[in-house]
Amino acid sequence: MQELPSWLIDLFYLVAAALFILGLKGLTRPRTAVRGNITGACGMLLAVVVTLLDHHIIDFRWILLGLAIGTAVGVILALRIQMTAMPQLVALFNGFGGGASALVAGAALIEAISAASQPEAVGLTAANLVATAASGLIGAVTLTGSLVAFAKLQDLISSGATSFPGHQAANALLAAVALGLAAWLVGDPSGSGSYWLLVVVASVLGVSLVLPIGGADMPVVIALLNSYSGLAAAATGFVLSNNVLIISGALVGASGVILTKIMCEAMNRSLFNVLFGVMAPSEEGATADEVYAGKIKSTSAEEVALLFDTARRVMIVPGYGMAVAQAQHAVRDLTKLLESRGCEVLFAIHPVAGRMPGHMNVLLAEADIPYDKLKDLDEANPLFEQTDIALVIGANDVVNPLAQTDPNSPIAGMPILEVGKARTVVVVKRSLSPGFAGIPNPLFAADNTLMLFGDGQAAVRELIAALKEL
Amino acid sequence: MDAHTLVIGLTVFVLSIFVGVEIITKIPPTLHTPLMSGSNAISGITLIGALLSAGSQHTALTALLGTLAVVLATINVVGGFLVTHRMLEMFRRKD
Repeated sequence: MQELPSWLIDLFYLVAAALFILGLKGLTRPRTAVRGNITGACGMLLAVVVTLLDHHIIDFRWILLGLAIGTAVGVILALRIQMTAMPQLVALFNGFGGGASALVAGAALIEAISAASQPEAVGLTAANLVATAASGLIGAVTLTGSLVAFAKLQDLISSGATSFPGHQAANALLAAVALGLAAWLVGDPSGSGSYWLLVVVASVLGVSLVLPIGGADMPVVIALLNSYSGLAAAATGFVLSNNVLIISGALVGASGVILTKIMCEAMNRSLFNVLFGVMAPSEEGATADEVYAGKIKSTSAEEVALLFDTARRVMIVPGYGMAVAQAQHAVRDLTKLLESRGCEVLFAIHPVAGRMPGHMNVLLAEADIPYDKLKDLDEANPLFEQTDIALVIGANDVVNPLAQTDPNSPIAGMPILEVGKARTVVVVKRSLSPGFAGIPNPLFAADNTLMLFGDGQAAVRELIAALKEL
Repeated sequence: MDAHTLVIGLTVFVLSIFVGVEIITKIPPTLHTPLMSGSNAISGITLIGALLSAGSQHTALTALLGTLAVVLATINVVGGFLVTHRMLEMFRRKD
């Protein structure tokens, strides 16, 4: 096979990096996004092909095996995954990227050690070793942390917050041990034992860091792990002195950090509070009985259908419950029916609705709902006053007025969708059980709120049937 | 990696972060899930490091580690771009 000089390979890597940036730029508009993603994929293909022409590669058997297995698994996962399960798939991919980075840095370390004639002459500078340690630490935390996030989202383990006394002290100890091992590696690079110990400790740390984070905080964790997978790739770029890894890793790292920040702001919590804070219901807060007793108005599909019959504008507020019930297609059918009767239907999407940034938008796109009907927090709130019915499907904390009225509540200051301003609020929910914040929701007891108890999908289907019979 | 190479790498890293922040902040919330899966596929670029480890045959151990890394990174790259494409097609067909 024709070998390429290394300067030419680097030039092609530059082209690949430019294609990644252009690809991300395409994602700024839904219209150009498909082309953007293909542009990024072309950049990746180019980078892989020129790497295969590198003269260091002398044996293709293992490479072909790895590429074949990876491609088969990737294609199957990508084509078979349900849109509602997207958060756990992205978590899994994040983890694999981080794991790969840690393995590559480890292999590079072993190569450098075995290439040296004697232990003292290992040709690695301190900077190189710091990058290796960073890659192992971040990569391993990303791998195991993502696997725990995957298991939680897939309901393989309890999705709640799992913690034990002294958990945070244990995490701090693990982090300190990991940093100590990193220092050992930098000080004595004659063997790779310290590196693999570091990877083991970081793996335990990854599990321990994500276990105490539950349910509705998942969007933050996934965004953060996304950022870590980028930083691990960038650290591996420093290990290999490879700019395309550094550029790509920096882009992904920045993307994850920005999404993390958006998610934290949408909950009015700091990242520290999400990662280490315990979300306990405030003690002064009213109990569920005090809030709900005698004030809950349960309704039927037929009664709600009568309300919809005269409605001019309906705002639908979806939450994680819509994903759990796979209700997005039923919601689409209801939307079409209402629109055919001359009613305007819009959707109000809270940034942390669902289990990852943009989760609701993808589900509604899957159900063929045009994205210009989806309104974000700032657009939606002024519209509720001129709305006849706010239909809340499987959302709870993001519509809880306590965020604005009770400064002691765990969600105090969190921006909410002000559905109570609509003329009537209809809440589709299985029971009065609290949301992730563990507090009762006075919205359910408000004068203009009707509760339609039941599974999201079944309730919406009943509503459609009742509307058609009118 | 000498000090000069390190500084060049840091230069590239810092400037790339600025480029990333400029672009990512312009991406609308409705595309945040495809952004995560798509950017995640890009972080699979570590695949090229894995290819070098798997193919350069320094030792059996590095070839094994490299091959394992090739598998993980390829799942990340192929699965990531493909699932992003699937999602974005759903956004496009409403135009």
